[in-house]
Amino acid sequence: MIDTAGRAVVELRAADKVFSNGMRGLAPIDLAVQPGEFVTLIGPSGCGKSTLLKLMANLIAPTSGGLGWWGEDFGRVGQAGHQMAFVFQEPTLMPWSRVDTNVRLPLDLAGVAKEAAAPRVDAALAQVDLASFRRHYPRQLSGGMRMRVSIARALVTDPDLLLMDEPFGALDEFTRNKLDDDLLRLSFERRLTTIFVTHSLYEAVFLSTRVIVMASNPGRVFAEFRVDEPEPRGDDFRTSARFAELSRELSKILHAASVAVGPAP
Amino acid sequence: MNEQHPAARTLAPLLVGILILAIWEGACRFWHVPAYLFPAPTAIATALVRDWAVLLRALGSTLLITLQAFVIAVVLGTLIAFVFVQNKALEASFFPYAVLLQVTPVVAVAPLIIILVKNTALSLTICAAVVAIFPVISNTTIGLHSVDPGLLSYFRMNKASRLETLLRLRVPSALPFFLAGLRIASGLALIGAVVAEFVAGTGGQSAGLAYQILQAGFQLDIPLMFAALFLIAISGVALYLLMVGLNNALLGHWHESSMAEEH
Repeated sequence: MIDTAGRAVVELRAADKVFSNGMRGLAPIDLAVQPGEFVTLIGPSGCGKSTLLKLMANLIAPTSGGLGWWGEDFGRVGQAGHQMAFVFQEPTLMPWSRVDTNVRLPLDLAGVAKEAAAPRVDAALAQVDLASFRRHYPRQLSGGMRMRVSIARALVTDPDLLLMDEPFGALDEFTRNKLDDDLLRLSFERRLTTIFVTHSLYEAVFLSTRVIVMASNPGRVFAEFRVDEPEPRGDDFRTSARFAELSRELSKILHAASVAVGPAP
Repeated sequence: MNEQHPAARTLAPLLVGILILAIWEGACRFWHVPAYLFPAPTAIATALVRDWAVLLRALGSTLLITLQAFVIAVVLGTLIAFVFVQNKALEASFFPYAVLLQVTPVVAVAPLIIILVKNTALSLTICAAVVAIFPVISNTTIGLHSVDPGLLSYFRMNKASRLETLLRLRVPSALPFFLAGLRIASGLALIGAVVAEFVAGTGGQSAGLAYQILQAGFQLDIPLMFAALFLIAISGVALYLLMVGLNNALLGHWHESSMAEEH
């Protein structure tokens, strides 16, 4: 769903984060993510990309500055029909529940009746190609399949905004590429706005419309990098000379970000 | 663990048992060991059959005390654990006393309880429950606390209520710990019941297996003593197997503790 008012899906206004131990996690950041964008956050370890994502998920509050979702406070998200979903680094599934019950969890917590939830669960599982595994338990699945269940659990709420914290970081490269393909297809088909933290610059180039390169000490936005390749993208893009060229450019920026020294915290 | 056929896992210890009994019997016969010193298995079996009526009543009495104590320990222990996790200050204030309860030997406390509580069956039940309650409190508390932090964040993000988080997340997370606590508590309830019977030394209609052991000792009826001992051991094993069965029935699908086959 594209926001008709044309407001940013999520917007940070000079939001920063100082941790309770006095460490400055994030310098004040201004950032607006527009509907339909696929934004990746990338940078050296400790640059605060996960902190930035958690701010945008309202998992943590900024020390100063402000945030808005569709131009509103977090408390009003959902009232105007907007939905956001978060996918963690780990699949974080309930090991005692079958796949379909795991996927249904956000609907259960929102008080959706089981009969109304069932077709939505089926649709979400079909989208991640796990329809035939609905009665399995998480421990019967591979790492990649568990991650797909986690994505189905995010999709089942029909979100406008999808926040993902290095979701495929623990997976092997083949599985990761496959999931990247699926994710890109889904976000294109459903016109999702996605914000995605990654360590892999190839993943960033492949997925993003915009890459936010971050630097550390203190965590801050170092540069923005646009990828103008049209959707849908597939293996053709991944093996193209354009992809290699974009990767090389991003690699240079990343290198500059990793050696950049900011003001003392 | 290496892979074994399920039949082999029952058969192997059974064979060991038969072998030990055979050697025991053979040694007693070969050296003509008198039954009042160390009875042969056949002598014990004879005593078991001879005094079956008395032993059965004693077994029933001990098992009743054990069962009552176990139920009290589980219900009360679980309630205490739930109260503990709701309030950190309460847990910090009272947990040391739960530990105190655990480290004080029941033999030392039993005379006091037996003096304070007039009803013998009740005082024995209380003694056994005191012994059995700690693993229930401790394991359930740990279980209710040991929730996947990612899942907890997920519940919070989805604005789940306290009750929903408790029922959908904390209780299932605690289940493996709770069941491990039950397994320990069932054995301790039996031990507690037997020890309390020893201390109380009460006979009459409600006399348990411990009393039979005491009596057999006075009368130098060592085969009877062994027969009573055998029944206590068998009861302990039965309780343990019952708890393992419960564990597998409730966790069989998802938890590592009851994994039969590797995927």
